[in-house]
Amino acid sequence: MFRRRKKEDVEIPSASMADIAFQLLIFFLVATTIDVDKGINMVLPPIGSEVEIRKKNITNLLINDAGNILLDGKVVPLEEVDDIIREKLAENDKLIVSVKTTRRTKYEIYIKVLDQLKRAGATRISIAEPEKA
Amino acid sequence: MAVKIEKKSQMKIAIPTSSMPDIIFQLLIFFMVSTVLRQYTGLKVELPEAFKVEKLPTKRHVTTIWVDRFNNIVIDDVTVKKVNNLRTIVYNKLTADPQLIVSLRVDKDADMGVVTDIQQELRQAGALRINYSAIPSAG
Repeated sequence: MFRRRKKEDVEIPSASMADIAFQLLIFFLVATTIDVDKGINMVLPPIGSEVEIRKKNITNLLINDAGNILLDGKVVPLEEVDDIIREKLAENDKLIVSVKTTRRTKYEIYIKVLDQLKRAGATRISIAEPEKA
Repeated sequence: MAVKIEKKSQMKIAIPTSSMPDIIFQLLIFFMVSTVLRQYTGLKVELPEAFKVEKLPTKRHVTTIWVDRFNNIVIDDVTVKKVNNLRTIVYNKLTADPQLIVSLRVDKDADMGVVTDIQQELRQAGALRINYSAIPSAG
């Protein structure tokens, strides 16, 4: 009896190891979300930091409810915003773009405008608070 | 000529499979390490598109605020009924993690009024680093 036991080959079956590993692999493949968390980075101004800025360094950009853009008193199409801002930045690199929306403006338009500003290379963007409706 | 063909057909061509489990294990470990199980479900939002999208600098110090098209607000799976409550929530989160970045996942049909209110709350709480989530648009 004793002898027989000693001769027995004790071994963990490893034939199915690859299959088990495959299953785990597939689970993790499915569960993995290569995060697509991308977006437009912004830094909000701290509370109580309203500073006087000289008029010539400011460009006002207003967006109304319908999504029309008013840039320094002129209505401009969305696609031209980046070119205009780029020209203005070339003239004055201290330029601050003040984006003002209404409360009913669609968020999509706002992001599109911000995107245009980022494309133009504007780093100094100020977000003005809309008037209470 | 005939001999040559016979010789070729007799040759055993096999892809070596002995290292297959090792390769699979390596892949497995890669995916195990890179997996971040989703913590929050949030709201169903349709993000806007933008060209100039940047990656979030970190994944760890991020808290997410969802705003859907009906202007409902959810922060990390907590529904916010009044925008004013956001201040305390964000402030507590910021105290726990000073490197906090707030990711705004706002539906493209949401109103700017809500977004502005949230931004004012964030300013009050002192959470100034934000990220407007957007889908990189092609072209």
